[in-house]
Amino acid sequence: MKKEYDIIVVGAGPAGSMAARYAADKGVSVLMLEKDRDVGYPVRCGEAISKAGVEEFINIDQKWIAATISKFGFVAPDGSEVFIDFGEAGYVLERRIFDYALAESAAKAGAEILTRAYVNGLIIENDIVKGVKYEFRGEQLEVRAKIVIAADGVESRVGRWAGLKTHIDFRDMEAAAQITAANIPIDQNTLYFYFGKDVAPNGYFWVFPKGNNKANIGLGVSGITGKKKSALSYLNEFMEKHYPDAPILTSIAGGVPCSITLDKISAPGIMLVGDAARQVNPLSGGGIASGMIGGSIAGTIAGDAIKQNNLSHILTYDKAWADRLGKRHEIFNRIKNGIYNFSDEKFNAIAHSFLKVPEEKRGLGNLFVTALMNQPSLLVDVAKVFFVK
Amino acid sequence: MEFRQAKTGKLMIEILPNKCDFCGCCVGVCPEDAIELKEAEISIIDERCTNCSKCIWSCPIEVIVFNKTGVLFQR
Ligand SMILES: Cc1cc2nc3c(=O)[nH]c(=O)nc-3n(C[C@H](O)[C@H](O)[C@H](O)COP(=O)(O)OP(=O)(O)OC[C@H]3O[C@@H](n4cnc5c(N)ncnc54)[C@H](O)[C@@H]3O)c2cc1C
Ligand code: SF4
Ligand code: SF4
Repeated sequence: MKKEYDIIVVGAGPAGSMAARYAADKGVSVLMLEKDRDVGYPVRCGEAISKAGVEEFINIDQKWIAATISKFGFVAPDGSEVFIDFGEAGYVLERRIFDYALAESAAKAGAEILTRAYVNGLIIENDIVKGVKYEFRGEQLEVRAKIVIAADGVESRVGRWAGLKTHIDFRDMEAAAQITAANIPIDQNTLYFYFGKDVAPNGYFWVFPKGNNKANIGLGVSGITGKKKSALSYLNEFMEKHYPDAPILTSIAGGVPCSITLDKISAPGIMLVGDAARQVNPLSGGGIASGMIGGSIAGTIAGDAIKQNNLSHILTYDKAWADRLGKRHEIFNRIKNGIYNFSDEKFNAIAHSFLKVPEEKRGLGNLFVTALMNQPSLLVDVAKVFFVK
Repeated sequence: MEFRQAKTGKLMIEILPNKCDFCGCCVGVCPEDAIELKEAEISIIDERCTNCSKCIWSCPIEVIVFNKTGVLFQR
């Protein structure tokens, strides 16, 4: 290990690993620090991702694919089920192995990685970030860098130490509880989403297949709901009702920041990526693919900044992100606020009218149209999704 | 009996010992950066906490509680 690196990445999730890899690809020196002893574990994730979301970054490898997805199932509050076949497949990952593979790809590109390294402060000189302070095996240490990339996930403390406002409104934080259970007899190629105020108020409840009749089962609730009832209580009720005897293999808590991206995701000497930058798709709560995209953009820009000896180049990252996904997320966020406030009656009505659509014509687009007929004011926002590139 | 002191008086926010899952949800919503979270160790940074309760509402598994009488130092 060196005393100084061109770039230090804090956090070895998908966003951090992609930032490290794309920076290292530019031929600069990169160190990635991770507080946990294992990259990829514990897994706090439903693990669903679109095919395109993975393929942009890594070749499909069966060792981290738990299930292949070709269908969505929506379950309305009254139990009506709507299934949609969608051509383009997605996956349920085995993230424990997937995250590891991503970190490995960063290492192959030349990045150094150190686990059990807990970053607890920044070196700041003349208001410019110059490195990090960290704890490693009981010792307090420092390492300098020209650029620090904060990929520290939902906590996002590193950015705060540089003076960025990273905490998010408790209403936008989806506090999540999830179990992985066995003996769940669902179709292994379908992602199931349950809606309704008794199951998952202001959001959805998910049952995602993980192969061999295992499934990730969970939900997130906004802090507004959390004031009265926690995610864990909802999860326990669901299991009691649907799968009272299912063996529970893992059970985890987690936080999904479902908001628009932070106002500022770069400052002199520092860039934020992934959950730390609040780059999760606020409508779906999916943050693996968008985090990898944010990480790759930041890593590329950081590498170029070092190569061109022009550190202020990193400040172009905010716009690059906004153009690729940030602006789209603003619209998704408005749609989220519309849809997740639907009453149970409205969800039921949407399911019923959709079931009248002939089976061969059912598609995600159709479902959306049906939802819109029940809430025309959303139309403007949806139209914008197609115009923002 | 000695109470822990928050930024705004007595500390009333308590993370129940040995119950936390270290998920970071509470840290993400804390406006004061008053929660320290290591791999498997969590604590409130007393002098920064304003007892605002946002962390309590965001804990998915209800392991943070509001203690009206105040939190005592653990010996
Ligand atoms: C219950 C749940 C279900 C989800 N389901 C899905 C889903 O189905 N599909 C999807 O796309 N997304 C899902 N998400 C979101 C997804 O998990 C995240 O968006 C994604 O992991 C973000 O990647 P990241 O690299 O930004 O952060 P993370 O993967 O969280 O990685 C951050 C890393 O930084 C480390 N770190 C933090 N602080 C420090 C520090 N001070 N020093 C050193 N290291 C540090 C952490 O240990 C961690 O390894 C879900 C989230 C939750 C909680
Ligand atoms: S009460 Fe408020 S300030 Fe104190 S730790 Fe919780 S969120 Fe932070
Ligand atoms: S939100 Fe709850 S479970 Fe998660 S880290 Fe905070 S106290 Fe622990």
